[in-house]
Amino acid sequence: MEHIRMPKVENVRLVDRSSSRRTHVGTLYLTATHTIFVGEGSEDRNELWVLHSLVCNVVKHKASQSGYPLLIHCKNFQVIQFIIPQESDCHDVYISLSRLSRPEKYEELYCFSFNPNVDKAEREHSWDFLDLKAEYSRMGLPNKLWHVTPINREYRVCDTYPADLFVPKSVTLPVIVGSSKFRSRGRFPTLSYYCKENHATICRSSQPLSGFSARCLEDEQMLQAIMKSNPGSRFMYVVGTRPKLNAMANRAAGKGYENEDNYCNIKFQFIGIENIHVMRNSQQKLIEVSALRSPSMGEFLTGLENSDWLRHIKSIMEAGLFISKAVAEEGVSVLVHCSDGWDRTAQVCSVASVLLDPYYRTLKGLMVLIEKDWVSFGHMFSHRCGHLIGEAKEVSPVIDQFLECVWQLMEQFPCAFEYSEKFLISIHNHIYSCHYGNFICNSQKERKDLILCIIKEKAHSIWLHLWEKKLDFMNPLFKPDQSQNQGLLRPSTAPYCFKYWRRLYNRFDRELHPRQSELDCLMTVKEETQQLEEELALYEQKMAVLDKERAKTLYMQKGVLDSKQALWSLPLDISLANTPQDYIGGAPNLCLFGDQTKSSDADNSDQESGVADFSSHSSGEESLPSEDSVKDPDSDETAM
Amino acid sequence: MELSEHIKTANVEDVTLRRPFHPALRGTLCVTSHHLLFSDRKDEASWQLLILLKNIDAIEKRAVGSSGTITIKCKDLLVLQLEIPGMEECLNIASSIEALSSLESVTEMYPFFYRPSHLTLNGPWGLSSTEQYYKQTERLWDRWRVSTVNSDYSVCPSYPSAVIVPREVDDDKLIHSARFRQGGRFPVLSYCHHRNGMVIMRSSQPLTGANKKRCKEDELLLQAVIDGSELGYIIDLRSAQQAQQARMTGGGFESKSFYSHWKRIHRHHERGKVVQESLIKLVEACSDPSHSVDRWLSKLENSKWLSHVHSALSTAGLVVECVERDGHSVLVHGSEGTDNTLLVSSLAQLILDPASRTVTGFLCLLEREWIQAGHPFQQRCAHSAYSHARLKQECPIFLLLLDCVWQVWRQFPLALEFSEALLLRLAQEVYASNYGTFLCNSEQERCAAGVKENTHCLFQSLLRPDIEEQYLNPLYEPTDLAIWPSVHPQSLQLWTGLFLRWTEYAQNMEEAREEVWSIVKEHHEQAGPDRTNNTLSTHCDTLTSFENLMDELTIL
Repeated sequence: MEHIRMPKVENVRLVDRSSSRRTHVGTLYLTATHTIFVGEGSEDRNELWVLHSLVCNVVKHKASQSGYPLLIHCKNFQVIQFIIPQESDCHDVYISLSRLSRPEKYEELYCFSFNPNVDKAEREHSWDFLDLKAEYSRMGLPNKLWHVTPINREYRVCDTYPADLFVPKSVTLPVIVGSSKFRSRGRFPTLSYYCKENHATICRSSQPLSGFSARCLEDEQMLQAIMKSNPGSRFMYVVGTRPKLNAMANRAAGKGYENEDNYCNIKFQFIGIENIHVMRNSQQKLIEVSALRSPSMGEFLTGLENSDWLRHIKSIMEAGLFISKAVAEEGVSVLVHCSDGWDRTAQVCSVASVLLDPYYRTLKGLMVLIEKDWVSFGHMFSHRCGHLIGEAKEVSPVIDQFLECVWQLMEQFPCAFEYSEKFLISIHNHIYSCHYGNFICNSQKERKDLILCIIKEKAHSIWLHLWEKKLDFMNPLFKPDQSQNQGLLRPSTAPYCFKYWRRLYNRFDRELHPRQSELDCLMTVKEETQQLEEELALYEQKMAVLDKERAKTLYMQKGVLDSKQALWSLPLDISLANTPQDYIGGAPNLCLFGDQTKSSDADNSDQESGVADFSSHSSGEESLPSEDSVKDPDSDETAM
Repeated sequence: MELSEHIKTANVEDVTLRRPFHPALRGTLCVTSHHLLFSDRKDEASWQLLILLKNIDAIEKRAVGSSGTITIKCKDLLVLQLEIPGMEECLNIASSIEALSSLESVTEMYPFFYRPSHLTLNGPWGLSSTEQYYKQTERLWDRWRVSTVNSDYSVCPSYPSAVIVPREVDDDKLIHSARFRQGGRFPVLSYCHHRNGMVIMRSSQPLTGANKKRCKEDELLLQAVIDGSELGYIIDLRSAQQAQQARMTGGGFESKSFYSHWKRIHRHHERGKVVQESLIKLVEACSDPSHSVDRWLSKLENSKWLSHVHSALSTAGLVVECVERDGHSVLVHGSEGTDNTLLVSSLAQLILDPASRTVTGFLCLLEREWIQAGHPFQQRCAHSAYSHARLKQECPIFLLLLDCVWQVWRQFPLALEFSEALLLRLAQEVYASNYGTFLCNSEQERCAAGVKENTHCLFQSLLRPDIEEQYLNPLYEPTDLAIWPSVHPQSLQLWTGLFLRWTEYAQNMEEAREEVWSIVKEHHEQAGPDRTNNTLSTHCDTLTSFENLMDELTIL
């Protein structure tokens, strides 16, 4: 609270991003966790909430006639512009927000003050929702070739790896230790994905400290063991995900890549993905393009091209595709690494997993995958997402790119995913919002240390929350049984298959999105169908009862049954079935159905006539903002 | 010369056919007067490919040893390869294709020979006429009338015989106005808005010329359009500079001083060759999947196709804004008034008018605003994206319309009764068709060639119940409101359904489409009146019989 210089400013104007001449007047509040703008006059929820942890930067613009503009860029790509009447107020808000949005300690993050109305047991339960052990056993591990090594239980061998790691049973502890000493930051080769159909695996590590000529016997044994643990194959791939030039340059620093001559039966393959700095700049350019107000088609496409963003997405996809094909089609194991093995390696392993295993195309599967390949394997969320004030050079949209690869796949395979893009956007939002405790810290060890004091005491886990809201994230077109969607997905990497992700980058520019949603409509239709099916089942149940009764009656008529027994059973059922009201009443969804159509109609008309409502809480995934006015062709004011 | 004289080799055996994403097939190739027929005679279940020769845009011949390869590039963007044993046969086939795919005489074209058993030629041709449209639109009856001043096509050769004009303007004035407009295309009514009676008019440019000629009758005609209201808008589809330049060649624009109640807005639209070249570049960019993303984006940008989509939708939005939001009538024209003018006026109607968003309504719109209004289809669609022939009058404005409609559908997936499949079918039919609908350049020409007497009408055939279903949008939910599309570049997309139609990309989309249908069908089965009623009635029956039994029981 001590950072808030100015808790409340009146007569602030919020500029409508779709047309800079439209503004809303209201009051701006700064709280410990949110910036809140409350619009005046209107009775609607005219509120805008922005979580401080989502604020990327705050910029003061040159004063205009109407006041002092303050621009807030958020990590979820929302851009908010306020105009504050007094310069001193503007400055105070600027200073306060600049500080509030750059916390210095984990304890300041929102997840430690976020307090939904749940008790301790429930909160702790939320942390147990995902279980990585269960995930490995789903893959078929441990088995006779792979087991969990206890070597990293105390994080002594590698402090950025998880405690439980799968390695070939045949490797001894000294081999692991030796191999880890030969790898950047001790990140020795370990299992990421196991394909139980053909025993091929995806393993991951960091770069070897090979320099120009160094060798390590243990590391060579390690790779040999990994290859041997896939009995069918006679070689394995080692995929270097850096551009070849970068990898060679690293040799001068005593690092580099595996020399094929030193390792038995490896095939080294470069699939160049640029480093975090290139990616950061690329996304910055993309964001600038997405934020252009009314660009021409040419400006937009040229900007998109110059950002290079889609080229990078394509390279990640190609690396993932290479690995998934090696595993599924050739039955060959793959070791993936980049430099440290926590950025590009994580991207590529998880893209390959999504391509390989339909499970990761389900809601729960994607959660598990992120928990495994990213959270547990030490993707440095705090650094990459800039949760705390720190090195700007460490920030990079590595996980954004993974989520986008999944989105690109969804665009190519509309029926292959259980979740819709809303799920990806929601995850993206929460990775940056620090609303939940999952994505803070840089490694499992850091998180464990923090857990000792606070995480489990105070923060909540996102996964259970998302799971409970899963109906919002379902893809109605999902066809799990379709043969095309089984097993390996084979996406096209033709350039025209890579599209600009408008829903993410222009998430808050409502006027840019389709005014009606095909998927939402289908979802409603599907739900109705299900209701009707249930109703029918109810009918049939009743019919069965009636049939039985009739049979009994017929039986009785023939005088075979004791009439007493019949009389004992009959009246009850008749009173139940013989009144028309009850009969109709027994079909609740006749009414429900009517209601539902009505409400969906209402939604539609809302979309089209709409009231100005800019109260999209940027604090949460709270759905994509609902549409307001359709009456906005932007076809242009200039002429009028 | 008889068509068959072009055919030197009618049949070749052992031809190999290669299509994208299908295994190669061996079979027999036949050339007839209008078709290329390939049939694979492996089993009883033989597979056939029938291609209208008119659909072939370009062919490339290549000799490989003693055999030859012909690459066939179709106007619907499909590319096929035929390997033909024997060089002579190959050359014969190629020359037959070249000759027969570029027939100039309308009456030699296939629609004049297409006689399916389920269709007869005797019925009325087309869906509607100017008179019928007038009769159906009650809004018009007061102030508008049907004029038959053009009944012999002498006032305006590209207009239909009947047009709708203000009631107070007599035919004589129309004739004068027509002389003052390029090609005689005087201002006529295109659409009357059901909410406020405001209208969209269309015409060609006025022939003011360098010395600023004027035409009283033309001024009166436009004055009569806005009647008492204060202001109308003229949307000129050229930049102000282009409009000025047009005066040098006898054209021009409505000057403020003579048309004081009309406000002119200029919007630049590309036309003719530029748009045709855009299509060529775009198709070329889509044909190479090995490009890098950068190269692809730069080619996509360079083609400018999406920029044309952008301008068309923006200007249509502007027209709708004038009519619906501000309550003014609008006159749309460019130069000739047969291309961009029709594009903008028909898109505006789609956005404004719920009636034009049904299958029938949309086809009627196309018939009224494109066929009858005299879009020169034969000239514009003579060639598509692959032809090496020197460009003459080709221009894919109609394809651009379909693309814009597709964009609207993407943004309002529930608002149109028809589906993407209808747009794709039309994109195909406009270049090569069994039907006579898109033949010729105007009603006059169609009349002269006897199109209505000797060919079948595509629109009628699309509306046959058994055909129509495949073109329906399963999610259709009519709305009375205007559907204003977003025209931000971020909101406009490449029409993958058309331009990537023959790639693997389209196959997954097909699966998604089927799934949408099956979800909706399942719902209909559950919720459909039949099912519910059936269930109810069975239950009632059961109950009645049960009651009867009970009665009997009581008696007993």
